[in-house]
Amino acid sequence: MAFLKIAHLEKFFGPMQVVKDFNLEVEQGEFVSLLGPSGCGKTTVLRMVAGFEAPTSGVISIEDQDVVRLKPNQRNIGMVFQAYALFPNLTVAQNVAFGLRVKGVPRSEIKSRVTEMLDLIGLPDLANRYPFQLSGGQQQRVALARALAVRPQVLLLDEPLSALDAKIRVSLRNEIRLIQKKLGITTIFVTHDQEEALSMSDRVVVMHKGIADQVGTPFEIYNKPTTKFVATFVGTLNIIEAEVTDPAAGQVRIGATTATLGRPLPKGKITLAARPEMVSLGTVPGRATLLKGRVIDVDFLGSVIRLRADIGGSVLAFDTFNNPNIVPPAVGDEVEMALNAADLLLIDG
Amino acid sequence: MTAPLPAKLRPRLPMTWLGIVPFIIFALLFLILPTMNIVVGAFQNPAGEMTLANVKQLFQGAIPAYYLISIKISLASSSIGCLIGFAVAASVTLGGLPKWIRGPLLTFSGVASNFAGVPLAFAFLATLGRLGLVTMLLKSWFGINIYGLGFNLLSFWGLTLTYLFFQIPLMILIITPALDGLKREWKEAASILGATGPQYWRMVALPILFPSLLGTFALLFANAFGAVATAYALTGSSMSIVPIVLFAQIRGDVLQDPHLGYALAFGMIVVTGIANGVYVWLRTRSERWMQ
Amino acid sequence: MNRIWSWLALSLGLVYFFLPLIATVEFSLKMRRGEYSFDAYRKVLEDPRFQETFSYSVVMALFTIAFGVLLVVPTAYWVRLKLPRLRPAVEFVTLLPLVIPAIVVVFGYIRLYNTSSWLPLTGSATGTNLLLMFGYAMLSLPYMYRAVDTGLRTIDVATLTEAAQSLGAGWITILARVILPNVLIAVLSGAFLTFAIVIGEFTMAALLNRPAFGPYLQLMGANRAYEPAALAVIAFAVTWACMGLIQLITRFSKHTKAAR
Repeated sequence: MAFLKIAHLEKFFGPMQVVKDFNLEVEQGEFVSLLGPSGCGKTTVLRMVAGFEAPTSGVISIEDQDVVRLKPNQRNIGMVFQAYALFPNLTVAQNVAFGLRVKGVPRSEIKSRVTEMLDLIGLPDLANRYPFQLSGGQQQRVALARALAVRPQVLLLDEPLSALDAKIRVSLRNEIRLIQKKLGITTIFVTHDQEEALSMSDRVVVMHKGIADQVGTPFEIYNKPTTKFVATFVGTLNIIEAEVTDPAAGQVRIGATTATLGRPLPKGKITLAARPEMVSLGTVPGRATLLKGRVIDVDFLGSVIRLRADIGGSVLAFDTFNNPNIVPPAVGDEVEMALNAADLLLIDG
Repeated sequence: MTAPLPAKLRPRLPMTWLGIVPFIIFALLFLILPTMNIVVGAFQNPAGEMTLANVKQLFQGAIPAYYLISIKISLASSSIGCLIGFAVAASVTLGGLPKWIRGPLLTFSGVASNFAGVPLAFAFLATLGRLGLVTMLLKSWFGINIYGLGFNLLSFWGLTLTYLFFQIPLMILIITPALDGLKREWKEAASILGATGPQYWRMVALPILFPSLLGTFALLFANAFGAVATAYALTGSSMSIVPIVLFAQIRGDVLQDPHLGYALAFGMIVVTGIANGVYVWLRTRSERWMQ
Repeated sequence: MNRIWSWLALSLGLVYFFLPLIATVEFSLKMRRGEYSFDAYRKVLEDPRFQETFSYSVVMALFTIAFGVLLVVPTAYWVRLKLPRLRPAVEFVTLLPLVIPAIVVVFGYIRLYNTSSWLPLTGSATGTNLLLMFGYAMLSLPYMYRAVDTGLRTIDVATLTEAAQSLGAGWITILARVILPNVLIAVLSGAFLTFAIVIGEFTMAALLNRPAFGPYLQLMGANRAYEPAALAVIAFAVTWACMGLIQLITRFSKHTKAAR
């Protein structure tokens, strides 16, 4: 039985349905991300787990206990908000101690727990500062410590990184993941940033218009998207126009090349998609289909070089590692690109 | 004609200061010097010599009683005004009332807080005077004769009730933005950490609002303490609160010694000064948090 | 539960607000025995003293507004542009009229500007009128300054000034043609508030012995029964009109801004 179980969750705001038949099972200690564009319902799901919104219908249970009827302060859940939400009138130590104080934990125990938490987030010296004296990253770490101090069963993170600078965002996300693993706390993380979701999570739920489009490991989500939305929302995608020559054998013509996808295809013109990583410059073992094209753009990004080539109607973008000993192709060069046709994604419409 | 000096050498500071000279002159002539004149006068005798006699007189005879009743009315009307105004503002901002109520309420408050002075006295005479609507209705509907029960509009409670008409809306006007400053996440963070509603208010919301609340209280206090027109129109000279006594004194019909008038005015400045000193001090503190 | 308390608190506030108004209106209509009539209003409006004092106060209000705008707009602009470090001090001074009771200040005027002083303003009617106007400007200073300063906060004063200067504009042109139009809404809000304050002001006018509307009201209150209620309704209508106009222009300006 899953530790946290969400079944057939639905939410209407007036006539608007923002969450539709949402199902999710989270194992103990698992880190699950809800990923999607703004307005997809991910935050609403999180707020229903927290108890700030009442579901229109559905079940949310933690350790087999239905929590839907419990108030937020009865659920034993920790939450970190996008805008820090530290209490401005309390010091760092008092903020971290807040949950313990309202529970009536003895003073000496609170003190040692606060010290422990501030050590955990690496800010042992800031105990007596006020929130406005801290940087955004520091505030968010204090917010994390505050949420964890009460030893919650579940930790909810509502876009905790999106108000921060790019650099701090990356370092803090590693830190959050490290702390989460160390404590083994079951975590739901809401974000619209796919890089965060893919890099931090055990599993990712991609949400779209109130529905969980796909649930899977970051590897599955990225490489084997099951819906067009997931395919286009996560990562960059090359759109390739192709014509089916043999529907049963799954044979298509891309420009001048014929490729076999090895699965049945509809008749006529179709749209295929390929990630930049599915394409390599020159011949590569395991990638049998060769496409010819002319380089139209070269972007030198340092460790990699992003090339864009015209393959007769479609443009293919792909990366090649920068090798100081090899001169990269120039605009106008004719190049050969290899891919495995079976990897190509079929996009309907 | 010499060539203009390069920008660096031009004496810039005096030119810059020139811009607010009209304001400084105005403030000096019509605000600061007149007040200073009163303060200095409070410590002088008619011959112009320094003396503490006037200030000593503030503590003699009936004068302490004037101040006491003034302070009592101001305290009562400002604290009750704060409580009711806070309740109304809180119910509109946080109490889940429909959003459209807010705009009209703030407009009402703007009107009512400015509807003071003589007309306000008339309105309350028409409401709670001996022939006022509420007085009559209470008598004919419930058989309650409030004047028979000892109520009098020309009394401590009558004046307090009247002042509340502008104190409550003033509180609403000032405290609503402060209540808006309470972030929803604070309440949510508190509740998810296990706090009950009262715990949230005691440990987070009220401490955050505290400077604004006390500041507004001080402002309401000064507002009631300095008010002349309403009380004068309501009670004539029959009620001896400090502003009325001073008013009569300036008109020359009560106290014999003009320098006692200075002292009375000086006492008023001291009282409202203390109230507002607290306000200014607390306001800067609240702004330090709110950033 | 929470919502019930909210409605209760709001209702209490509304009762407190409306009951005196209803009572006043009702009382003002009762002049004729046994039936409602507008007699009290007719009496008031026909009273030449009403017309004199009311128009006196209106003119005083207009002068006060003109003076206040001329004083406050350049000051607030200059402080924002060149002397930002002085802002707290200037703000403090503009808030002083809320601290020092008006009766104390006017007492100071009487002592400071009497006939035997260096600036004998109270010696002549014109001088006293002038003094009263300065007093009113002082009373409305907190509101006027705050309104204008808030208006200036929403525009980029420094950039606008530099742009105008680069086009060859002088200070007066900048203030009149660039800054003032941009804070016009704020200035108007302050102006209407000033109007509402001046029109019924009692203490200063009474102590300086000027024939203003406030002392007239007090006089009527002391001698008549029904007319004061009618006057209170009229005064309330004026206050209401001022606040309504503030709302109206603010909303209007929001619409035009959205349309841009």
